[in-house]
Amino acid sequence: MRARLALVAALLLALLAPAAGAAERASLIEIEKQVMCPVCGTLLQLAESPQAQRERVFINRLIDEGKSEEEIKDTLVVEYGDEVLALPPDSGFSLSAYLVPIVAFLIAAVALMIGVLRWRRAGGDDGGPGSRVGGPSGEDSERLDADLARYDL
Amino acid sequence: MLAVVGLLVFGLVSKGSSGLAVGEPVPNQPLPRLEGGGTGSLADYRGRWVLVNFWASWCIPCRAEAPALEDFQRQHGGSQFTVLGVDTRDLSGDGRAFVREYEVGYPQLRDGDGDAAHEYGTTGVPESFLVDPRGKLRLHAVGPVDEEYLSEQVAPLLPGGSS
Repeated sequence: MRARLALVAALLLALLAPAAGAAERASLIEIEKQVMCPVCGTLLQLAESPQAQRERVFINRLIDEGKSEEEIKDTLVVEYGDEVLALPPDSGFSLSAYLVPIVAFLIAAVALMIGVLRWRRAGGDDGGPGSRVGGPSGEDSERLDADLARYDL
Repeated sequence: MLAVVGLLVFGLVSKGSSGLAVGEPVPNQPLPRLEGGGTGSLADYRGRWVLVNFWASWCIPCRAEAPALEDFQRQHGGSQFTVLGVDTRDLSGDGRAFVREYEVGYPQLRDGDGDAAHEYGTTGVPESFLVDPRGKLRLHAVGPVDEEYLSEQVAPLLPGGSS
């Protein structure tokens, strides 16, 4: 029984270990989606210029050295500056690239909410066709009652 | 909303670059040296004529002009003139390999993020800017320079006159 358990455990380890190793290894295809070709002004993934080819060779060399994705991106920033990153870093002034849309969304949501609340407080209806709030005026109400009485069976 | 619009306008204005005109002062912000560490700048050469040459190791025309620039430096380089290379938007290792391969002896700075090239208003590489001893632009060459350009356009402006 023990021997069987040990065999199963060994098989599981053998199956899982390469998968874990592969997950840690950086991939050129993944990095290409996250960094720019500084000369072309496009994602490296889309670039075919000589500079882009050099950048790919450089990334491959770092992958072969066992560098992680983050380490490779950090090295590219040292070489080319922050602009090599397709997404700006989440620190310093670049943080505004993430914060401004959120703040703008929140301001718009609050403004919309305040607008709706004011509209509802003011009656929420302009008394136009199809209006249900307040019902018909006195004269109309009497005429309506008279009409309904005529149809009363 | 105004802040967002302001940021967009700032971005557009700061991205736009009309390039330098002859007679204008030339930017001289410090840049890392390509080899040896530390920083250098055009200001280090104030009082000399300087041919600022933007290049990159991946640029094929830059390979063509490197020997001509090196020859010109050997003939005219000294207390009154120097070529100053600026390796732009390039990998530092590739840039250093280029310098060794073409046996370039004049000083080299590194502009990895391309900010200096942008300030000069370059449209690509190579581009060369002849700066006078007061730091003002005297000549601007888009594309590779050759012996003919250097001897006919640059040399006559240097102290001593002709090539």
